[in-house]
Amino acid sequence: MPGEAQLLQGTLDLLILKAVSLGRLHGYGILLRIGQISGQALLVEQGALYPALFRLVRQGLLKASWGTSENNRRAKFYELTAAGRGRLREETAGWNRLATAIASVLAAQPGEA
Amino acid sequence: MLGRLRSLRTRLFGGARLERELDEELSSHVQMRADDLERAGLPRAEAERRARIELGGQLRFKDEIRDAMGGGFLDTLAQDVRFALRMLRKSPSFTAVAVITLALTIGANAVVFAALNAIILKPLNVPRPESLYSLHRVKNESSNQSYPDFVDLRARQQSFEDIAGYQIDEAGLDIDGEPTRVWLFNTTGNYFDVLHLRPFLGHYFHAADEHGPDSAPFIVLSYDCWRNRFHSDRGVLDRTVRLNKHPFTVVGVTPKGFVGTLLFASPEAFVPFVDQEQVIGESTLEARAIHGTLFCVFGHLKPGVTPERAAVEFSGLSAWLAKTYPKDDAAAAYKLRRPNLYGDFMGRPMRAFLAALMLLAGLILLAACANLGSLFAARAADRARELALRLALGAARSRVLRQLFTEAVLISLIGGALGLGAGALLLRALSAWRPIPQFPLNIPIVPDVAVCGVALLLAVVCGLVFGAVPVRQVLDTDPYGTLKSGTVGGAGRRIALKDALLVAQIAICALLVTASLVSVRGLERSLNGRYGIDPHGTMLLQTGLEMAGYQGDAVPLMQKRLIEAMETIPGVTAVGLVDWVPLTTGGGNAANVFKDEKTDLSPANSDGSVLFLVVSPGYFRAAGTTLRSGRAFTWDDDKNAARVAIVNQELSRRLFGAPDAALGRFFKLRDGARLEVVGIAEDGKYETLTEAPQPAVFVPALQSPTVALSLVVRSSGDPQSLAAAMRVRLRELDPGLPCLIQPLSRSMELVMFPAKIAAMSLGILGAMAALLSITGIFGLAAYTVSRRLKELGIRLALGADSRAVLRSALARPVQLLLWGSAAGLVLGVLASTVLSAVVYQATPRDPLVLAGVVVVMLLLGLLATWIPAQRALSADPLALLREE
Repeated sequence: MPGEAQLLQGTLDLLILKAVSLGRLHGYGILLRIGQISGQALLVEQGALYPALFRLVRQGLLKASWGTSENNRRAKFYELTAAGRGRLREETAGWNRLATAIASVLAAQPGEA
Repeated sequence: MLGRLRSLRTRLFGGARLERELDEELSSHVQMRADDLERAGLPRAEAERRARIELGGQLRFKDEIRDAMGGGFLDTLAQDVRFALRMLRKSPSFTAVAVITLALTIGANAVVFAALNAIILKPLNVPRPESLYSLHRVKNESSNQSYPDFVDLRARQQSFEDIAGYQIDEAGLDIDGEPTRVWLFNTTGNYFDVLHLRPFLGHYFHAADEHGPDSAPFIVLSYDCWRNRFHSDRGVLDRTVRLNKHPFTVVGVTPKGFVGTLLFASPEAFVPFVDQEQVIGESTLEARAIHGTLFCVFGHLKPGVTPERAAVEFSGLSAWLAKTYPKDDAAAAYKLRRPNLYGDFMGRPMRAFLAALMLLAGLILLAACANLGSLFAARAADRARELALRLALGAARSRVLRQLFTEAVLISLIGGALGLGAGALLLRALSAWRPIPQFPLNIPIVPDVAVCGVALLLAVVCGLVFGAVPVRQVLDTDPYGTLKSGTVGGAGRRIALKDALLVAQIAICALLVTASLVSVRGLERSLNGRYGIDPHGTMLLQTGLEMAGYQGDAVPLMQKRLIEAMETIPGVTAVGLVDWVPLTTGGGNAANVFKDEKTDLSPANSDGSVLFLVVSPGYFRAAGTTLRSGRAFTWDDDKNAARVAIVNQELSRRLFGAPDAALGRFFKLRDGARLEVVGIAEDGKYETLTEAPQPAVFVPALQSPTVALSLVVRSSGDPQSLAAAMRVRLRELDPGLPCLIQPLSRSMELVMFPAKIAAMSLGILGAMAALLSITGIFGLAAYTVSRRLKELGIRLALGADSRAVLRSALARPVQLLLWGSAAGLVLGVLASTVLSAVVYQATPRDPLVLAGVVVVMLLLGLLATWIPAQRALSADPLALLREE
């Protein structure tokens, strides 16, 4: 159980960092962006988003500033810091290694081992 | 670095701003989501509702975010405190009961601790008190030395930097014409140098000022004396005042807060010991055998010298003195103790009593905690819905508990602050109080940092303790079940815990009620008891002929004239003279006695040191001391007649083997004089009411002249006019004689003082305990009744016997009350053995005390269950059923 939760949490952080790396976004925008680029395959639970955002800000990976949204709502916008950009690169590489490894395990044919 | 500081600042103080931002961010999220939903075709209101539901429980993720930020301790605290205050305001009666309970108990603890601190814990107010020790004999705690012995000890000892001694004396101080009796320390010349004390004004006298008898007519005033009698006049130095008619020059004033080296007797002034003859009218500077000359000997130990090593040295020196002066000195083993309370003499009973009082106060506090704990548990049960709602909305259990603890600690801090404030007022009144008018008892008991600290600590601990009672209940709460059913499940266990608390609390209460009844009863008995002297209907005139310059043959002449003058007052039935009235302030003289057949009259060979009272023929009738056999003295027992004595039964028992065997027999004094026993007096109490029987000898005033003078005047008339008449008669004989006239019973207040203080403090604690158990039983009874009100009402409506209903509703509280009372009574009887050391005749094996405890507890129970019982009987089932 703890392993799964950690994986999910790590994954959420990675998704947020990626979404924000594409442009300055507010919280609701991040939800929409993740949904949009994953073709609605990944839907982030709204309740989990804000604690994650606060955590990332505290870790210095994101920085926040107040601004106005496209339809004139006051909103808090997040963007990557330099540290955040570095972390995104590392996590992406790590995820890719993991995905490749899992893919090759899953692609194994009987008799190969 | 700066960033970290800023983050710390945000953590500690910026939480409110972050919270606002979070609220704003979440509402903007909801708005944007609602915008999208509206575009998809939903009406605005519905869209906003849906958006909010999607976002989920805000409460929970506020907590999560707060955790994610890893801080906000103060924010949470501030929030909890605000919430707690709101909750407390909502139930003012609960808050009032809790705060008053805590204020009383914490206040009582603070006062008792302040006394303990001032009397036991705090050292004397002098430089380097940690190395200050006084010298005491192991056998009887006394620190007495004769002056020649002191001089020898001082010259030979190596352990102390130097040693000094003092005697406590009374003298007539004449500032501008009107002499008043004041208490003095008659000190060795090096007294202030040994203490390393700096003067507030002027300078002190020193050892170098002493050149034989009456060579240093200097007087040092205490700060209080300077302020009260000299109106803080800085020009007081070099002024001449008269002590017993002799001129003394004021050379200095001691610093504020220095009250001498004995806590229970603060002198008004200090004079060099070499002036003793002028101050007390006789000189003992050369009398090696009079060991009561110096009351106490003390000094600072040299660095590196342990008290044990010093004690060994002085025991050795004492053996050397006994060998060198076998006629005057006996060897004694010594120990070193603190001078404040005269070593263990006062120290041991004071420590025992204050420790016992502190323990009882602590028990009361514990009882209050138990009481408030069950109140809190009951309240938590009543708040079950609110707690369940908060849990259901996602608040963590730890968070809910923290909130409850904040509430508990907040209440106890408020109560503690109030208690400390009230305690401080009480202490200020106590410090100004002079319980014994003619005795310089002046112990400044002030609420200092230590006292405040203890009160604060107690408040916090208290809050945590009673706050912990409902913890289990909260942890076990099933939010959904509670919300559905509206009542709390799993009540059985909690009730059991509450029952235990209540029994413990009632046991403590019964213990205190027992203790206070035992001490009050003991006090009452000692006030009316027989102790060989009957103060009812007598006046005491105290003066010292030395204060008016009488010497030699003028002394007995004046004494006889005074007695005859008093006898002429109408209504007076007897007048007696005595050098010291037993059980009053001051002390009697002791001397060694020897069996008639002994020839070696050295102290080591004596048959014991006994109390010597010098009396006139009329004393026994005036003091109400019964003569068992033989005769009283007459005026013919004078210098020219054979030496005679009257002894008490205890002396007869010790010297001659039986209480009535002494009549007609002889015994010897140290100087070889043979005294014939012509009468046997009843045994009495002489120094304290709790002492063991001690031997005493009465000798006629004409055969042992004394300058100390107390006249006991027994009269059948009105005490006020008697006192006035006595004063007139005295003034007629000598207008310049300072004197004190008061009822003999007032002079005995000092010996009654410990018993009175004990009865008073135990009475207060007992009353508080009683109050606590009333609220405790009341709380449980009221709670039980309110929970079962519907059932009781229905049973009554169906025609049930009201007694049966009452029994079922109140059986439990009453049962608990009985169990607790029984346990407390047993404990109280056990604990009362401690009391008997302080209060004369304090015994729990007294049917009146036992019955009193039982009656008090029953009354308390009745009182506490009365209202709930009435409520149960008047339950209206219809109204109750409609309520649901």
